[in-house]
Amino acid sequence: MKARKIKEKIIESILLVSSSITSITVLLIVVFLFSQGISLFGDSTVEKGSVMAVNKNNTIKELTGSQIKEIFDQNIVYWNEVGGKKDTIILFRIDDIGNYYSDEEIGENFEGLSECVNRLVDSIPGILAYFPEKYLSKNFKGKVLPLEKVSMKTLFKGKEWFPSAQPAAQIGAMPLILGTLWVSLGAILLALPLGLATAVYMSDIAHSRVRRVMKPLIELLAGIPSVVYGFFGLIVIVPLVQQLFHLPVGETALSGSIVLGIMALPTIITVSEDAMRNTPRAMKEASLALGATKWQTIYRVVIPYSASGITAGAILGIGRAIGETMAVLMVTGNAAVIPHTILEPVRTIPATIAAELGEAAQGGLHFKALFALGCILFIITLIINLLVESISSRNKHKSH
Amino acid sequence: MGSTIASRKRRNEQIAFWLFRILSFGVVAILFYILYFLVSNGIKAISWEFITQMPEDGMTKGGIYPAIIGTLYLVAGSMLFAFPIGVASAIYINEYTKDGIVKKVIKQMTNNLAGIPSIIFGLFGMALFVNQLKFGDSILAGSLTLGLLALPVVIRTTEEALKAVPDTFRQASLGLGASKWQTTSKVVIPIAFPNIITGLILSIGRVSGETAPILFTVAAYFLPKLPHSIFDQVMALPYHLYVITTSGTNVAESRPMAYGTALVLIVIVLIANLLANALRKYFGKKVKMN
Repeated sequence: MKARKIKEKIIESILLVSSSITSITVLLIVVFLFSQGISLFGDSTVEKGSVMAVNKNNTIKELTGSQIKEIFDQNIVYWNEVGGKKDTIILFRIDDIGNYYSDEEIGENFEGLSECVNRLVDSIPGILAYFPEKYLSKNFKGKVLPLEKVSMKTLFKGKEWFPSAQPAAQIGAMPLILGTLWVSLGAILLALPLGLATAVYMSDIAHSRVRRVMKPLIELLAGIPSVVYGFFGLIVIVPLVQQLFHLPVGETALSGSIVLGIMALPTIITVSEDAMRNTPRAMKEASLALGATKWQTIYRVVIPYSASGITAGAILGIGRAIGETMAVLMVTGNAAVIPHTILEPVRTIPATIAAELGEAAQGGLHFKALFALGCILFIITLIINLLVESISSRNKHKSH
Repeated sequence: MGSTIASRKRRNEQIAFWLFRILSFGVVAILFYILYFLVSNGIKAISWEFITQMPEDGMTKGGIYPAIIGTLYLVAGSMLFAFPIGVASAIYINEYTKDGIVKKVIKQMTNNLAGIPSIIFGLFGMALFVNQLKFGDSILAGSLTLGLLALPVVIRTTEEALKAVPDTFRQASLGLGASKWQTTSKVVIPIAFPNIITGLILSIGRVSGETAPILFTVAAYFLPKLPHSIFDQVMALPYHLYVITTSGTNVAESRPMAYGTALVLIVIVLIANLLANALRKYFGKKVKMN
C-alpha cells in the first residue's frame, strides 16, 4: 500500500516537471533574448578598439552615429553642419597615412605610426581622424571624441539599418518596424474581406456537402510550410506584380502582402467560421420566425453575435503575419529603407534576423542588434496574443 | 406594398448570397490553383532517382536524398523530445490539477509559447543550444529547438483527446478502488490514445516544414555525406528549398529541383493530414461502439 502511494507521488512529480517545461522555456526565451538585446545599449556603434579624434581647437564635443556616417559618406563636408566652425572636414583613415608621411617616418613595423598620427591631428585644424586605439600616442595633442552609446533613441528613431557600416554601424530599427507593419496590414486588408465572406458562406449559406469539402481543403492549406508559399510567391506573385505595375523589380511590399494574405486566409476563415457557428440556434430561429430573411439574420444576428470571435481571428491573422519569416524573406526584396509606396521593396524584422544572423559575429554589435530586434518582435506578438485571449475570453463569458 | 418589400428583401438576399458565393469560390480557386501549380510542376521533377540520390553539379542535378534523411532525423529527434513531455504535461493539466493558479499558469505559458514566432525559436535555439550549451550546429540543437516549437501543439491536441474521455469512465475506475495513475494509465490513456496519435501526426507535419528555427541551429547548404552522430549538421527539405530558390549560384538551373522539393514537402503535409483524419474517423467510430 505504502509502495503504491510512493509510486503515485513519483509519477505525479514527473508529470508536474514535464508540464513546467513550457513555462521554463518561455522564461528562458525571455532571459536569453533580453539579456543579449539589452546588452546592446551601452555599446558604441563605432567598432571596439577604434578612436575618433579631432584637432584640439575644434569646438565639436561629440558626434552621433548617423553624423559620423554622413561625414564618411561625404554628405556632410563642413564642420558647421554638425555644430562646429565653418571649416572643411578633412577625413583621415589609418590607411591614408602614406599620403602624409614617408615609409621611413612610419617605420618598418609601424613603430613611428602613433607619433605620425599625433602630428597630423595636431597640424590640420579640420581633421577627423579614425584609427585603431593602439596608435593613440601617450602624449596625444588632439581631442578624442567620446563615442556615442547606443540608446533606445538610436534604435527606435534611427532611420537607417546598416549594421555592418564602417566606421559607424547604423542600427535604426524604424524602417524594419514600418516594413513589418506595412506588409502585415496590407495582408490583413486583402485577406479579411475574402476570409470573412468565405466564413459567412461556409457557416450559414453553403450546403453542408459543400462545407464538408471546403473545410478540410482550407485546413490542409494552413498546414503547407511557409517556405513553400514563399517559393510560390517568388515564382508566381512576384513576376505578376512586376508586370501589372511595370516595375523594375517585383519583390515589393505588395507581393509580401499578397503572399501573407493568402497564408492568413485559413486562420481567419477557421476562427471566424467557428465563432459564427457558435451562434445559438435559438437566436437564429427567433430572428427567422419574426419574418427576417436569412440574409437579415446573418448580418443582424450572426455577425454581431460572433463579432468578438471574428475580431480575434483578424488579430490572430495579423499576429501570424507579423511573425512570418520565410515567405516574406523570399518575396519582399529586403531593402532596409523606409517605404514610401507599397510598390517598393521592404524588409521586415523576422526577415532581417533570418537573413543576417548567420553573418553576424557572436557577441558583436550586429549580433546584439538582431537580438534586440527579436525582443521587439517578441513584445509585439505577446501583446497581440494577450489581446486575442482577452477578446475570446470575453466572448466565453457572454455565451454563458 | 407588402409584397414589394418582401421581394426587395429577397432580391437583396439573392445579391448578398451570390456575392459571398463568388468570393468564397474565389478563395477556394486561389487555394486550388496554388496546389495545382505546385503539384503539376513538381510531378515532372520527381523520380526514383530524385528521392534516392545525392545532389550533383551545384544542386542542378541528382536528387534530394540527404535533405529527406535530414528532415527525417529532425522530425524523429524533435518528436522524441516533444511527444513524451507534451503528453505528460497534458495529462498533468487535465487529470491531476484542479482549476486553480497552477493550471492557469501552465495553460497561459503554453499559450504564450504557441504564439511566439518561429524565428524567435531560431534565435533562442542558437543562443541556448548552439552557443551556451556548445552543441554547435547539430541535429541535437535543431531537434530540441523544433521540439520546443512543437510542444504546445502536442499539449493542446492531447488535452483535447483527454477531455473527450467521459468522466463516468474515470469515476467508475476510481470507484472500483483504482488509484489515480491506474485510472489514467489503464482507462483514460487507452481511450484517448488514437486522438493523441492524431496530434503527434499533425505536429510531425508542422515540424517537417519549419525553416526559421533550423536556419542557425542545424541546417547545411550542402553536405557530401550523411550524418554520423547527433552532433553533425544535416541538410533539410525546407531549408534546401529556400537556398536553391534564393541564394544558389544556379537558381535557374535548379528550378526543377525546387519544384520537386516543394512537392515532397506538400506530400508530407498531405499524408499527415489524411492519416490524422482517417485515424480520427476510424477510432471515433470504435470508441462510440464500446
